[in-house]
Amino acid sequence: MTVVSSHTDPEALTLTFVAEFDASVERVWQLWEDPRQLERWWGPPIWPATFDRHDFVPGGKSRYYMTGPDGERARGWWVTTAIHSPERLEFDDGFADDNGEPTGDLGATHAVVTLEQFDARTRMTIFSTFESADQLQKMMEMGMEEGMREAMGQIDSLLAEKVRA
Amino acid sequence: MVVYETVSDETDRIFHALADATRRDIVMRVVQREQSVSTLAASYAMSFAAVQKHVAVLERAHLVVKERRGREQLVHGNPETMRKATLLLQHYEELWRYRAQRMRDILSRDVSPKKEGEDS
Repeated sequence: MTVVSSHTDPEALTLTFVAEFDASVERVWQLWEDPRQLERWWGPPIWPATFDRHDFVPGGKSRYYMTGPDGERARGWWVTTAIHSPERLEFDDGFADDNGEPTGDLGATHAVVTLEQFDARTRMTIFSTFESADQLQKMMEMGMEEGMREAMGQIDSLLAEKVRA
Repeated sequence: MVVYETVSDETDRIFHALADATRRDIVMRVVQREQSVSTLAASYAMSFAAVQKHVAVLERAHLVVKERRGREQLVHGNPETMRKATLLLQHYEELWRYRAQRMRDILSRDVSPKKEGEDS
């Protein structure tokens, strides 16, 4: 089993996700460091990612886009805020405009990635913090089934109406 | 691990419940105002039993709550479960499950590296 545990906290808007791999810490680190490997797993289903910049150093910037099923592109950015190779990585991730510059209006997701080795396996822990539910929603609209997207939108507006009533 | 099983099962139930157009419609109706199962049944071209089944699926996902009042079974929405952040975080967790699976696939395609000093 790849996924060990997962915990969401809707109040704090955080996800703690733990997975294990039959590989060394150094090998799993490459999946983050090498943009050609990173783009093979970063994009959600049916939205493959392409990284056209990946400065994997503290303060370094990354630029990527994800290509949707109709050829549309959604751009994103990273700023790597801390790196302790090959055990710990922190970065902010957000939406970008057509030029790859942060749009800023929805805020960033802050992620802390830790890799720990025990025996011949690597345990990877992701701790993600969102600034707003709106940002999370926009992100989730990509790769989401059409029906689900509609249901979310409808539930959302109905709940908003109830609050106003 | 227990945490994972619980979160995942709950996610599966919510997403399965909302994957059906009739069930989504039922949720929309009962969020607006509480309705009896018979009133709901009259709104769809399907049997009472079929509508009851849909309500049961929604109940298991905690999206609606059913209460017996006199002879009627009343259904209303459960805004707590439908809270946006909860649903979205669970979906975000699904994304990470997908990513971890992709990572595992990439790692499993690695040619097993030769150990130092090993011949051929």
